[in-house]
Amino acid sequence: MTTFLRDTATVFTREFTPSLRNPTTLVFEMLQPLLFLFLFGSLLKGATDTSWQWFVPGILVMMCLTGPMGSGYNLLTEAIGGSLERLMVSPLNRTAMLVGRTLKEMAVLFLQAVLIILLALPLGFELHLAGVILGLALLIVLGVGLGSLSFVLALKSAPDGTMFYLVTQWALFPLLLLSGVLLPVDSGPAWLRIVGYVNPVKYLVDAQRSLFSGQLGDISVLYGAAAAGLVALIGLYAGTRAMRKGI
Amino acid sequence: MPIISARGLTRSFTLKRKETVDAVRGIDLDIEDGQLVAFLGPNGAGKSTTLRMLTTLLPPTKGSATVAGHDIATDPSGVRARIGYVGQKNSAGENYRVRDELVAQGRCYGLPIPQARRRADEVLDMLDLTKMAKRRPGTLSGGQRRRLDLAIGLVHEPKLLFLDEPSTGLDPTSRAEVWSHILRVREEIGMTIFMTTHYLEEADAMAERVIIIDNGRIIADGTAEQLKNDLAGDHIILTTPDAARAAELTGGEADGATVKLRVPNAPAALPECLRTLDAHEIKVTAAETKRPTLDDVFLALTGRSLADDDVPA
Repeated sequence: MTTFLRDTATVFTREFTPSLRNPTTLVFEMLQPLLFLFLFGSLLKGATDTSWQWFVPGILVMMCLTGPMGSGYNLLTEAIGGSLERLMVSPLNRTAMLVGRTLKEMAVLFLQAVLIILLALPLGFELHLAGVILGLALLIVLGVGLGSLSFVLALKSAPDGTMFYLVTQWALFPLLLLSGVLLPVDSGPAWLRIVGYVNPVKYLVDAQRSLFSGQLGDISVLYGAAAAGLVALIGLYAGTRAMRKGI
Repeated sequence: MPIISARGLTRSFTLKRKETVDAVRGIDLDIEDGQLVAFLGPNGAGKSTTLRMLTTLLPPTKGSATVAGHDIATDPSGVRARIGYVGQKNSAGENYRVRDELVAQGRCYGLPIPQARRRADEVLDMLDLTKMAKRRPGTLSGGQRRRLDLAIGLVHEPKLLFLDEPSTGLDPTSRAEVWSHILRVREEIGMTIFMTTHYLEEADAMAERVIIIDNGRIIADGTAEQLKNDLAGDHIILTTPDAARAAELTGGEADGATVKLRVPNAPAALPECLRTLDAHEIKVTAAETKRPTLDDVFLALTGRSLADDDVPA
């Protein structure tokens, strides 16, 4: 266990160091969701009777989808370049390799979340701290799972990586649209709502919205936690298995 | 106890349409501590696949091996902690500064941060890379990149180092430079080196033991000298107007005005050969001896030339 924690810290530090060396990239990573929040959020506010309470958690879930996919892309470039091979020959714990990488994305997500919440406060966002903390914890669990799945995809797509781009581009939009992150699914036709039920991201979005409005006991929180846990389990299982099979 | 010991190591790959390719077909191998071993063979012979199995990157389909005292299948972490590996591609990630990668590498092997930093500085110095510490790998020359790969493989001071085509793709000057570093580091640390190469001269000049692999099987194993003497032998080439008779007398083969004969030790056999021909009043206008190359060995074993295949993978 101590080896696992040490190795996770090692991988996390390695991933994070380039951002510290070149903070400009970090600044742009911060700006992107903010742009989204203000441009899209303002539009949406005029169109429906939704609130920041509804929109902020959605933005965070959206970033929790794109962030881990980004870390899969990093892994793909490392697989193509050769540095992944060198890390695989080292005694690093295999699960720590998956978790440490995703935690870097999660750290960025955490910073983004703090920034968004701070900026949304004067616009009328109500802060329920316990709910927000619990919500972010759930996102970390989901992120680790999604990150691992995107690593599996990256490993399968090496050496050319075409499959990685195809699948991530293809999967991202249905997952987002059918989760109700940007637009409410409940107002859509019946078939759309049914498809939404098999989308784990939808449960996460519902759970986040309950948590961010302070309803910690809502049943949707339980469903969201179960969905995140399931994605994490499947992701870590598939990820470590893929690495054991050799690269 | 040998530092590498393999029995019946086999690996096959399943391609699409259920086709299987047997990359390595039952390799037995014992490598003694401290040796510099060259694993030589044409592209696709199974060199890298064998290396990837020994370094735990790829599980074998059949067979077993212990490396540095640990079983590759049951205790891969035990193997990983004790070996160094420099692959064919670049070991350093493109996003990272040279020194950051070296420190990270030390951390991967469990070194505490201060020790990882100290080792990073030591290997930078050892491989003449101190000035490059803050650069990114993409800004280095080919030779510098290869030295960085070596530095990364040496951070944790392994007793056994695997090198996969260490000098492929480098110009002759960089190759010589990389080799002088490898040999010096080996002198200093006294480690075992197991390397794959398809450069014949490299295997011939550097390795204490040459293992030739073809089509997934080991076809020859020994010192370069032994292999050349046993499997190819020396040649004497004579130029004479009476090649046919000269060939008859010496037991060689005539080809136009030259006679070529295979002997165990050409410099020792040449005077005797000349005296015989002289006694029969055959005039020899030119005589030369030729030592075999490892390519002659490969040619003698397989009927193919390794040099034909000398294209970087």
